[in-house]
Amino acid sequence: MNIYVLLKRTFDTEEKITISGGRINEDEAEFIINPYDEYAVEEAIQVRDTHGGEVTVVSVGTEEAEKQLRTALAMGADKAVLINVEDDVEDGDQFSTSKILAEFLKDKEADLIIGGNVAIDGGSGQVGPRVADQLDIPYVTTITKLEINEGAVTVTRDVEGDSEVIKTSLPVLVTAQQGLNEPRYPSLPGIMKAKKKPLEELELDDLDLEEEDVEAKTKTIEVYLPPQKEAGKVLSGDLSDQVKELVNLLHTEAKVI
Amino acid sequence: MARKMLTLGEVRDGALRNVSFEAIGAAKIASDGGEVVCVLIGNNVKEFGQELIQYGADRVVVVEDEKLEQYTPDGFSQALLAVIETEQPEGLIFGHTALGKDLSPKIAGKLGSGLISDATNLEAAGGNLVFTRPIYSGKAFEKKIITDGLVFATIRPNNIAPLQKDDSRTGEVSSVSVEIKDLRTIIQDVVRKASEGVDLSEAKVVIAGGRGVKSEEGFEPLKKLADILGGAVGASRGACDAEYCDYSLQIGQTGKVVTPDLYIACGISGAIQHLAGMSNSKVIVAINKDPEANIFKVADYGIVGDLFEVVPMLTEEFKKLKIHS
Ligand SMILES: Cc1cc2nc3c(=O)[nH]c(=O)nc-3n(C[C@H](O)[C@H](O)[C@H](O)COP(=O)(O)OP(=O)(O)OC[C@H]3O[C@@H](n4cnc5c(N)ncnc54)[C@H](O)[C@@H]3O)c2cc1C
Ligand SMILES: Cc1cc2nc3c(=O)[nH]c(=O)nc-3n(C[C@H](O)[C@H](O)[C@H](O)COP(=O)(O)OP(=O)(O)OC[C@H]3O[C@@H](n4cnc5c(N)ncnc54)[C@H](O)[C@@H]3O)c2cc1C
Repeated sequence: MNIYVLLKRTFDTEEKITISGGRINEDEAEFIINPYDEYAVEEAIQVRDTHGGEVTVVSVGTEEAEKQLRTALAMGADKAVLINVEDDVEDGDQFSTSKILAEFLKDKEADLIIGGNVAIDGGSGQVGPRVADQLDIPYVTTITKLEINEGAVTVTRDVEGDSEVIKTSLPVLVTAQQGLNEPRYPSLPGIMKAKKKPLEELELDDLDLEEEDVEAKTKTIEVYLPPQKEAGKVLSGDLSDQVKELVNLLHTEAKVI
Repeated sequence: MARKMLTLGEVRDGALRNVSFEAIGAAKIASDGGEVVCVLIGNNVKEFGQELIQYGADRVVVVEDEKLEQYTPDGFSQALLAVIETEQPEGLIFGHTALGKDLSPKIAGKLGSGLISDATNLEAAGGNLVFTRPIYSGKAFEKKIITDGLVFATIRPNNIAPLQKDDSRTGEVSSVSVEIKDLRTIIQDVVRKASEGVDLSEAKVVIAGGRGVKSEEGFEPLKKLADILGGAVGASRGACDAEYCDYSLQIGQTGKVVTPDLYIACGISGAIQHLAGMSNSKVIVAINKDPEANIFKVADYGIVGDLFEVVPMLTEEFKKLKIHS
């Protein structure tokens, strides 16, 4: 089985977020594998261990994404590919990223492509379905279970809390939802081995893409933090007075009841 | 500049979802006086056409087929692309629901267009349509414009106001037939867990419980409070994982995103993944026995205390308020 994982390096949103120069300040930020892509890596490894084959993790980004790709290799992926867009394109959007990924994947004869259902920073959830569409293969998003039996695929999909059992076939692209599995931590031997695993670096040129082919269709004109909420009112006094005060505040001050 | 806009009407549990009306409201702003056409896709959905007109659609186009009984990306995209082909709209608005999230990137791909997902606001400014959307798990916002091709966005439920319903409004509801074929994903089974009562993602009041609720029975006082306020009960991942309630109640990054007028968090610590699903709520109340809990940082009002004491007292107080007003 020829398995590809789409992996995004993301800002750890548990960290404090500040803005400088109209952009999110990344200087002292922690970066991680997008958590939903960790589920994707884990699932890919499990599928490979059951059915044989190879897991390749691919990321579009800058050199810095090498760290997250190495982590995926340490978890057990076999190969990594970094499509470095640093020197080529100023601002990309989901159209750009998915176009680049699809160009890379189009001649790879992937049987299974796994991505995350959403990136915790950009948060659009567009990239998976867009890639599948360009490769003209079916997709199933937000999956919590994947079973493969000789080309026949059964997936369980989370739909706003309901679950759908879906039949499809390889090749297919799926996106991971929380609950799919428990991602493993890289082991020490895994980390040692990862250093020797192949990590290929490509640029747009290598994919026969020109800058204008991947030019964004949308533009961010402003990034801002939500207005600092005034510190909330933590009530005090006798509990029953607090409750009365709260009801009164919701009724007369906040006017929501 | 007037724009012809297309929106998608979404039927769930035998009724149109509110976000379908909000999409018409958004399309009206985007249309700048142009026509707003709503598309309804499914099996036996034509009866909902009139209601969309009453909420401001100028026309409704219906595509019905047995193969469209349930949503699949292939089926719905074939139907929608056929309508787009004849209507030639200049913009599209869907709800950012499970269906909208799944379908919109495929349509954008087919049309080679940009797509702004999960918008919470849009406004016309200086000849541009400017969309606002939360990023970084809701910790920041960005304003975005489309620079090339169609204006295409999905909107977060409960954020953009629908137009006032006008029962006297009339408009054409027409059917087109589209050949639906070669579905590559087949839905074999649907396990419905969605709770009875008010749809969580559209509720005006949400009472949410976390691990602090401690058991399945622990949710009872929360249900009583929700009943009094006409609201819905939600939960944190912590409560779902502990099997105090079903995953369909989960609010957050992996669960539902809610924007009610009033969100009462009971025994929820306030992890970022939870906040991502509710921090846009208009008024947030936190009830937690730990004064240091992170949830107090986003709360407008907080009570430090035992939820099993506070919640029933709140229910009684609201009851009194109801009687007096
Ligand atoms: C040339 C270029 C320049 C860019 N410049 C900026 C910038 O200046 N500022 C900025 O904020 N963003 C920039 N981006 C990123 C871009 O705006 C989006 O963040 C990116 O397209 C992913 O969208 P999303 O975050 O909504 O991911 P989603 O669509 O929510 O991601 C869903 C899933 O798709 C896959 N995926 C997403 N992105 C990638 C990726 N890069 N590589 C591999 N798999 C992926 C993952 O599996 C992920 O879980 C740039 C992108 C490109 C190509
Ligand atoms: C990829 C990923 C996605 C996730 N997605 C989500 C998501 O969508 N939604 C989500 O909610 N979480 C999500 N999580 C989990 C999240 O990180 C937290 O673990 C979870 O939200 C914690 O739930 P909790 O607040 O109920 O539990 P806890 O953190 O255990 O908090 C319980 C709180 O209850 C209080 N308490 C206890 N007893 C009482 C009492 N008697 N009266 C009053 N207060 C009391 C305690 O002081 C404490 O603050 C996700 C995690 C990951 C890694």
